[in-house]
Amino acid sequence: MLPELAVALALLALTGYVVLGGADFGGGFWDLTAGGAERGAPVRALIKRSMSPVWEANHVWLIFLLVVLWTAFPEAFGSIMSTLAVPIFLAALGIVLRGGAFALKGEAATIAEARLLGATFALSSVLVPFFLGTAAGAIAAGEVPVGNASGGAFSSWTGPTPILVGLLSVATGAHLAAVFLGADAERAGRPGLVRAFRTRALTSGAAAGALAIAGLAVLNSDAPDLFDGLTSGLGLACVAASALAGLVTLALEWTERFELARFSAALAVAAIVAGWAAAQEPYLLPPGLTVTEAAAPDATLAALLIACGAGMLVLVPALIWLFRLAVSGRLAYDEEPRP
Amino acid sequence: MIDGALGGSVNQEYLLQARQMQAMSFMVHIPLVCFGIAFPAMVLFVEGLWLRTGDPLYKLLAKRWSKAMVLLFAVGVVTGTILSFEMGLLWPEFMATFGDVFGLAFGVEGFSFFIEAIFIAIYVYGWDRLPPRVHLAAGVPMVIAGITGSFMVIAVNGWMNQPTGFRIQGGDVVDIHPWRALLNDNFWHEFVHMYLAGFIVAGFLVAGVYAFGWLKGRRERHQRVALVVALTVAALAAPAQLLVGDWAARTVAVNQPVKLAAFEGLKDTTKGAPFSVAGGIEIPDLLSLLAFHDPSATVKGLNIVPPEDRPPVGLVKFSFRTMVVIGSALAALGAWFLLTWWRRFRLPASRWFYRAVVAAGPLSFVALIAGWVTTEVGRQPWVVYEVMRTDEAVTGAGGIPVGFVALGLVYAGLVVIAAVMLRRLGRQPFHAS
Repeated sequence: MLPELAVALALLALTGYVVLGGADFGGGFWDLTAGGAERGAPVRALIKRSMSPVWEANHVWLIFLLVVLWTAFPEAFGSIMSTLAVPIFLAALGIVLRGGAFALKGEAATIAEARLLGATFALSSVLVPFFLGTAAGAIAAGEVPVGNASGGAFSSWTGPTPILVGLLSVATGAHLAAVFLGADAERAGRPGLVRAFRTRALTSGAAAGALAIAGLAVLNSDAPDLFDGLTSGLGLACVAASALAGLVTLALEWTERFELARFSAALAVAAIVAGWAAAQEPYLLPPGLTVTEAAAPDATLAALLIACGAGMLVLVPALIWLFRLAVSGRLAYDEEPRP
Repeated sequence: MIDGALGGSVNQEYLLQARQMQAMSFMVHIPLVCFGIAFPAMVLFVEGLWLRTGDPLYKLLAKRWSKAMVLLFAVGVVTGTILSFEMGLLWPEFMATFGDVFGLAFGVEGFSFFIEAIFIAIYVYGWDRLPPRVHLAAGVPMVIAGITGSFMVIAVNGWMNQPTGFRIQGGDVVDIHPWRALLNDNFWHEFVHMYLAGFIVAGFLVAGVYAFGWLKGRRERHQRVALVVALTVAALAAPAQLLVGDWAARTVAVNQPVKLAAFEGLKDTTKGAPFSVAGGIEIPDLLSLLAFHDPSATVKGLNIVPPEDRPPVGLVKFSFRTMVVIGSALAALGAWFLLTWWRRFRLPASRWFYRAVVAAGPLSFVALIAGWVTTEVGRQPWVVYEVMRTDEAVTGAGGIPVGFVALGLVYAGLVVIAAVMLRRLGRQPFHAS
């Protein structure tokens, strides 16, 4: 019972990071592809305005995930971090570059400085979800054995499944960002940007969906156990829910109901995370280490769950307040003109 | 004596580089932690002055500081992330074996970090958009979270120095009591010591910036207010730190006698042990007096353990002295300010005072790092004191030198750009900010 609850806590953190942190990385993707300095300026300004107050809090979900893993599943944590050291270290470097460049580019004084910091922010925003995605894909594909760097330093995360999950992470982040930013643009009363992000949401949604379908074919040959898990029982239900939520998002975008699209898009991505968990159940590190085997003693799990339960009582209202203020446009740099 | 959950020791050619990479990451992050501890309280204090007096100068100052605060916080977020990653990337066997003993503290720290990130955002981006009292209240959680967050990280460090809350049976960690591990005896003095250090470092660094301007003739009222607030914080903390340092040294003397012996380089167990000061001069009985408040007390020497269980004495001894000398000088500087303020209700007039404050900023950073080197290198060769050696904790993965260089380059760029941006923030005209 306690190990399952701890897994649920880890999945909550992972979902929080994939949806909220993923959307911030997606913001970087649209910054990267916004075009020249002048043409891309309105898009980049909206991204900055939407992200500034929330990206640090969104980032904490990742820290929270690490903490839950190393406390509740220390052996698995040590195995993952040592075997997948290369992609995880590259992601960590990208996190420094992304966060540093984003925080500092606000003070850039010249076009050249703004370009350099902007490009660093945008490029690392694509690389971080890619590398973290490959790490997740490597775990799902059963490439992480228990032990200190026992798996292949490169072969573990460069197979078809890890690369696929890496690309899917970038695509889902970009889609979430487009949906969220479209809704933000509507609230800010910027019809031009609403249209721009509606197009982006529709295309990125279609691309992410196509990638997911193509991905199933890859999994069928590269990771048959994972494929079986995703095409039967609870795993299949999650995949179907994700597909349905994705289609609903596209319909909502098409009919310009942007606020509702936020929720269906988040649900589509969250369902993939749940589907992954269902597909490899009862394993934490397939094919050998089950959740029960990997779990810390009950005393630790109970203490962690109690502490996190108490923490949530403070965290949830605070997060709700932050998002309400942010979405209603009441948190912004004062030097920017208010819409 | 301990097996290690991932299968025990591996052959890692670059253990020293792994330790240096970890040390570099701490050196970049710890000063930012100081700002995370002290800066929110300073900003809130100034905003409180505004609400109380209605003088817009205080509001402008608080707003200006809050912009620097969020910038430093952002850099702290990413450098802190590197530390969490490095726990696993560099020391997977340590995490795999003991994560379930001390991890709870990081769970609480994670929530603190969440709360701090949320309320810093609301505070900094909420100026003029939230009612003033709501805005001030939104700042309180960030002060509290700054305290609880560092509290928890220090709890883990205290535990590494005095591991409790588990037993070892047949090479395995059993009988885990996570709460007991968290509230170990070593952590109270470490926490208070680091908490005061936060105020000293942040206070003197901020004061140093304004003292530099003062020497250049920038002496408007807002600059004087900023200088007085920052100096007061540092000047109150610095003398108190001497007392806490004494408490810390006495606890180390009891709990980690080998570490204490390394402070002095004391080879043999000695009754009435001396303490050497500059130029090879030894003051008789001083070490016994410092460590046990008794000049004739017996201080254990390095010889109580075999050579392979001793820390690198030269570095520990040098770091300890660096910390003590700078800490004492900072306390004297703080006392100078406090006495002048108390007796004459003004800042000291001497230019030497301002020159000293300019120097005190970087020096307090040096003392901070020297203190951490003293406790961390002084714990070697153990990662978990007398339970797990550092070479048993390290990763088996290759490429540590490559990672070290890459991270070093990224951090060099980050530090330079952050410094340029902070300087630019400081040069914006005050009344327009």
